[in-house]
Amino acid sequence: MPLLSLKNLSKRFDKTQAVADVSLEVERGEFFGLLGPSGCGKTTTLRMISGLGKPDAGLIEFDGSDITNLPAERRGFGMVFQNYALFPHLNVFENAAFGLRARHKPNSEIRERVNSALDLVQLPGYEKRRVDELSGGQQQRVAIARAIAIEPALLLFDEPLSNLDVTLREATRVELRELVARLGLTAVYVTHDQEEAFALCDRISVMGGGRILQTGQPRELYERPAQLSVARFLGRNNLIRAMRLSSSRSDAGEFKTLEGGHTIRIQVGERDLAPLNQPCILAIRPEHVVIGGGNNNTVNALAAEVREINFAGATSSIKLDANGLLLEALTLEANGLSAGAHCTVILPPERISLLKNE
Amino acid sequence: MTSKGETETRGNGDAENMHDLPHSRLTSPRLRVSPSPRLILWLIVAVVLLYGVVYPNFHVVVASLQREGYWSLANYREVLSQSIVLESIFASVGVSVLTVLFCAAVGVPLAFLFERYTFPARRLLAALAALPLVLPPLVGTVAFIFLFGESGILARLAQSIFALENSPWSLRGWPALLFFHTYTMYPFFYMLTGAGLRRIDASLAEAGQSLGAGKTRVLALVVLPQLTPSLIAAALLTFMTSMASFSAPLLFGGGVRVLTLEIYTARQRGDAAVAVTETVILAVISLSALIVFQRYEGTRRFAAAALKGATKKRQAIAAGRARAFAIAGGVIFSLLLILPVATLVLVSFASEGRWTVQTFPPSYTLANYIKIFSDWRAGEVFLNSLAMSAIAAAAALVWSFCVAAVMARKGGHNWKRVLSWLILVPWALPGTVVAVSIAEAYGQPSPLLGSFILVGTFWILPVVYFLRFMPLVVRALQASAEQLDPALEEAASSLGARWWRRFTRVTLPLVWPGAVAGTLLAFVIALGEYVASVLVFVPNNRPISIAIASELRDFNLGTAAAYGVVLMVMIGVVMMVATRLERLRT
Repeated sequence: MPLLSLKNLSKRFDKTQAVADVSLEVERGEFFGLLGPSGCGKTTTLRMISGLGKPDAGLIEFDGSDITNLPAERRGFGMVFQNYALFPHLNVFENAAFGLRARHKPNSEIRERVNSALDLVQLPGYEKRRVDELSGGQQQRVAIARAIAIEPALLLFDEPLSNLDVTLREATRVELRELVARLGLTAVYVTHDQEEAFALCDRISVMGGGRILQTGQPRELYERPAQLSVARFLGRNNLIRAMRLSSSRSDAGEFKTLEGGHTIRIQVGERDLAPLNQPCILAIRPEHVVIGGGNNNTVNALAAEVREINFAGATSSIKLDANGLLLEALTLEANGLSAGAHCTVILPPERISLLKNE
Repeated sequence: MTSKGETETRGNGDAENMHDLPHSRLTSPRLRVSPSPRLILWLIVAVVLLYGVVYPNFHVVVASLQREGYWSLANYREVLSQSIVLESIFASVGVSVLTVLFCAAVGVPLAFLFERYTFPARRLLAALAALPLVLPPLVGTVAFIFLFGESGILARLAQSIFALENSPWSLRGWPALLFFHTYTMYPFFYMLTGAGLRRIDASLAEAGQSLGAGKTRVLALVVLPQLTPSLIAAALLTFMTSMASFSAPLLFGGGVRVLTLEIYTARQRGDAAVAVTETVILAVISLSALIVFQRYEGTRRFAAAALKGATKKRQAIAAGRARAFAIAGGVIFSLLLILPVATLVLVSFASEGRWTVQTFPPSYTLANYIKIFSDWRAGEVFLNSLAMSAIAAAAALVWSFCVAAVMARKGGHNWKRVLSWLILVPWALPGTVVAVSIAEAYGQPSPLLGSFILVGTFWILPVVYFLRFMPLVVRALQASAEQLDPALEEAASSLGARWWRRFTRVTLPLVWPGAVAGTLLAFVIALGEYVASVLVFVPNNRPISIAIASELRDFNLGTAAAYGVVLMVMIGVVMMVATRLERLRT
């Protein structure tokens, strides 16, 4: 049984449908991500999980019981806010102790648990400091300590790293992952940063327009996006407009590209079968596009001309034109290619996904 | 801390187990039976508003619509057929409209000058410019008579210089009223325009200039539209204050009859029906003005501009002639501001009865001060005012927290709107109206108080002060509550704190400096209150303002001035404390 499950949640704000028919399940011990561009409904969903927002329709179940209408203060979930929301009139210790005091714990236990929480976030010795004397990263740690001190049944994060600078963000990311794993907590993490979500989460729901577009493990989402908008949102992609050919066999698919008129074969599972003679979209990541090599038997080998080479440190991005079909390839080395050179481009069939065109 | 917390939420034993069994409580919902503090607060708020606002005003309206126990419009027919009443309505509105225009003409340029330019002594002058705000109207009026009156220092000076037989001018009628109103009320425009200018993102004006707009064009099309909310708010404050103005029309209005004065004289005549009817008319005009202004304000509100922008840097006035002009203007301006107060101080040291035809009082003494502090009957007014203002201010503070706590909860928007309106009403109504309505409603056995009669007791003035000034405190508290990050309460909520704990442990500690500053402001205004006091004071419990007025009537000018000076010193001390608190908050 999943620890947390959302069933057909919907929420409107005046005229906008913020969340529409969202259903998902989070297993015990899982680090679950809600990923999407701003305004996609991910924060609204998180607020409904926390109890800070009430859904218009739908059900929230936690550990088998319906908590849809339970107020936030009775859910026992810890939450880390985007701006940390530390209490400015309390010092670090009292901030971290706030939830324990609300639970009327004895002082000795409060001291013990706050100290161990501050140890965990590596802020021992900061107990008496005012929170406005702390740096952004330290404030962030206090916010996390405050949330874990209550030993939450579920830990919620609302873009907690977005106010930190890049290096700090990456370091904190690693620590956060370790911390949550060590405490055996279940977490729901909201972010718009794909890299962050991939690094942290066991599973991710990609959201857009208030709906869940696709849920899966990071690798699955990245390599097999089910929809155009997911593919667009998760990193760079070559999107190839194509039409399925009637000659396709059942275990493979043959497509004709609309630009360039190439024939492209992909491996097609049952779910991927596209209707005949309907435009659809094939996607392949730039780093999966192979330049050069191959022989006459190689499938999906296209003749192309190099348009542009952009050197970006470790990798180089190569813009190619295969008879009108524009492609981008990402390679570690440009192999002596230069603009105007002719080459062969190979699109490995196992790397191509067929997207639902919404 | 823990023991306090335990007594607060006794009866919620299930919270204890929360940690050990995080979700056991989810499966076993339990009914809470402890009496909710929220219910008690609702009761307090409802009772105070019912007794203090709803019933008295309702009573006055009903009384104005009755004649000898029968429903009738006779009072209105009678009152509105008197030309003097119509004149006073016209005068009240006319004076108020002109006051708004004059104050804007003085206050707005002044705000631009202080916000956009630097010149010697700018800070001092900027602080001085707000001085008239804390000057009690009665004290200001008295100071004006001593300085600008027809036998005031300036008139005598002119007489002796130009060897004139008679006073060259008289401080009477419309010009005198408008002069005094402009002096005391321009700070509304000055302060609010200044605050508005500070909020405007300088890059907007620069953007306008970069698009080829000249300075005047930028001012008209970029700056002024953004200032509109501030200007409207200032106009509203000025208009309402002017409508309620009483001391100045009483002491040097001359032939100008305004509504507040008419109500006062009708009550002095014992003509309750006329007083009540005129009160309703005055109340209707004031509330209509409030509604019109607020409606207009609503349509002109701008979304807060980008926070990242910087405000415009002040420009130094460097050029020789402009600089000299600015300095000279500054000196004249500060003299104008300080002179009335200085005159008051001077007169307070004048020997009683010796100042007859001389330009300045010929001899000085401490006798006036010794008199008001040694004579118990003279000095007790300070204790009276202090006690009554303190009671009213403390009650207002407690009350504002009750209101804030009740309003803190989400939802119930219609109720909250009714609530804020009812709280705003005593502020929008002139002091005369508040005093008359309380006096009329609780002057005879009433359905709400039974046989207890408020009129004639010690408590009537604290009650009236409380009603008049509690909106100030509520507004101050709400203003600081609005600056709170809503995420703080949500964080407390997610950490398991219920409504009462969230309010007492998060909201309250963060908003109290603002509330206390508002309370101190209410306290000092109540200290010098005259308008309502003069209608309902009890002879053995006179406030300071009544003592000033009666000394003035007996031509004890020095004593009146000494009272005024002591009152201003008290106000000054309290305001300094308030400023400290304000700084504490930031």
